[in-house]
Amino acid sequence: MLQAENLHYGYQPGQPVLRGVSLDMAANSIVYLLGHNGSGKTTLLEVLSGVRQPQQGSVRLNGADLFRLPAAQRARRVGLVPQTHAPVFAYTVHDVVMMGRTPHLRLLATPDRHDRVIVDEALALVGLEDFRHRPYTELSGGEQQLVLIARGIAQQTDVLLLDEPTAHLDPRNQQMVLETVAQLAAVRVAFVISSHNPTSALLYADQVVVLKAGQVLASGTPGEVLTEEMLSRSYDMPVEVLYNERQVARAVVPRRVNGSDSKANGTGFSA
Amino acid sequence: MHRTNRRLLAWDRPRQQAALYWLILLLPLPLAIYALGLGRYAIPPQDVVRALYDYLVTSREAAFEPDVVYNVVTRIRLPRIAAALLIGGNLAVTGTAFQGIFRNPLVDSNILGVTSGAGFGAALMLLLTGNPLHVQVAAFGFGLLAVLTAYTISRLYASAPLLVLTLVGILVGSFFGSLTSLLKYIADPLDTLPAITYWLLGSLADVTRGDVPLLAVLSLAGMLFLWAVRWRLNVLSLGDSEALALGLNPTRLKLLIIVFSTLMTAVAVSVSGVIGWVGLVIPHAARTLVGPDHRRLIPATIMLGASFLLAIDTLARTLWSSEPPLGVFTGIVGVPLLLVILRVNKTGWR
Repeated sequence: MLQAENLHYGYQPGQPVLRGVSLDMAANSIVYLLGHNGSGKTTLLEVLSGVRQPQQGSVRLNGADLFRLPAAQRARRVGLVPQTHAPVFAYTVHDVVMMGRTPHLRLLATPDRHDRVIVDEALALVGLEDFRHRPYTELSGGEQQLVLIARGIAQQTDVLLLDEPTAHLDPRNQQMVLETVAQLAAVRVAFVISSHNPTSALLYADQVVVLKAGQVLASGTPGEVLTEEMLSRSYDMPVEVLYNERQVARAVVPRRVNGSDSKANGTGFSA
Repeated sequence: MHRTNRRLLAWDRPRQQAALYWLILLLPLPLAIYALGLGRYAIPPQDVVRALYDYLVTSREAAFEPDVVYNVVTRIRLPRIAAALLIGGNLAVTGTAFQGIFRNPLVDSNILGVTSGAGFGAALMLLLTGNPLHVQVAAFGFGLLAVLTAYTISRLYASAPLLVLTLVGILVGSFFGSLTSLLKYIADPLDTLPAITYWLLGSLADVTRGDVPLLAVLSLAGMLFLWAVRWRLNVLSLGDSEALALGLNPTRLKLLIIVFSTLMTAVAVSVSGVIGWVGLVIPHAARTLVGPDHRRLIPATIMLGASFLLAIDTLARTLWSSEPPLGVFTGIVGVPLLLVILRVNKTGWR
């Protein structure tokens, strides 16, 4: 459905951020994008969203070249939920989410009742119904992130790109967002999620892509990619994958560099 | 919830909020009727309304009737009051639009140098010919020229066009400011210099009926355009990359907004001279009263700006026999007003 081929992008000449990234994702799937800081995840999401034109390579959505589509048409198909967002003016939560309806509005029109229903649904999906009249600027970082996710949902695209959507969320809200993502993926939307949390990739991803220094280090199912060897190479640090009693990978955790074990050694006292 | 009291005006009570919004929208009408009656020849409001009715509906001018009330209202006071309303609305709404697209609550439509260019054009003609029509045309032309220059220069730099445009706009503005100072330096201190100084401080005392049509057409067209893109202004104020992701073409839309706003500001300045503060203070006041959503903010700033400038001009016209310049007045009233607004309500922006 969404196919990116041989993407190259650099903010400055001679300093490439993406170096030949290709990606092929199926409809209704959840793709996790992992990689160290500065590996090019955010840049790749921006290129995939059509906001940033690559210097080389192409992005196709159901065969159509994303960079040839008119902006509004493109934004009806692909949405980007940024990680950070600094609004100057104190719009209400409802207004911020309503801005997701922009690509669906006719020229010079403003949102109508139909749009308001969609916005209310999106707010309910992320549990923010009671926040609709609050100024966005007065929310906590995690709540702001939920608002932006609701805006992405209200945009009703075929593909939604989430840039570290759970970075500022508590565990319960992380789960709520990812369960919502899974529900929507089952029905109509495909997701690309950049993340620093390989464990949630184990739980939710259909496909995992690991970036390193602007190139695809590995791509495949979680079982193929989320191995100790691959993740240790990706992050340049020792990583351990924990398995449950049925020998299914359940968590990815860091290891101490000196090899020592957990400090919780059962007694509460160090031996 | 202890902060609730401070925001009573802003969001917490939708019904009061709506009432306040409509009050602001309707405010210019009673103010204008009242102002039309004020002056050395006082006219009661009902006679003002009757004269206006005759003027707009029955068109009595053909009837040749020597009616003092009718003449004072429609020929002497109406042009000036219409100009005050249009110019006040213009400066306020372009300030709002610029604050939105530049994502900066501290700018107004002068940021790209239109007022400075206009000031230079006016000073030049006051020095060369002194003909009011020349002054007006030159003010309008040089106002546009300043922004066009800033835009053309900024196109030479490919990266971050809006940032460069702002910077170049400020530079072009100070360049024209310096040229104006030069003209003031060589102007005749007894005759031309006071005229230039007075023009640069703004006044509506010399507005004639002939000034109103062009002012009205450009102002109303611009207001209509900014009202039409009111929702898009919300999205633009999120920044370019988010606007793009939400399906807008921010570069093209901002350019259109700059073109309309510059025409509006240039025509306003060419009629009234330089009137500061309206474009900065009124958007803040309006944001405090109706919130930052441009769907309400655009109409509210137009009407609030119109009311504000009309009130200031009426004060200037009626309190003193020798009229103090408006630019002085808007600052003297505007600064304390802005301080009060910021004290009462801190949530409109940030």
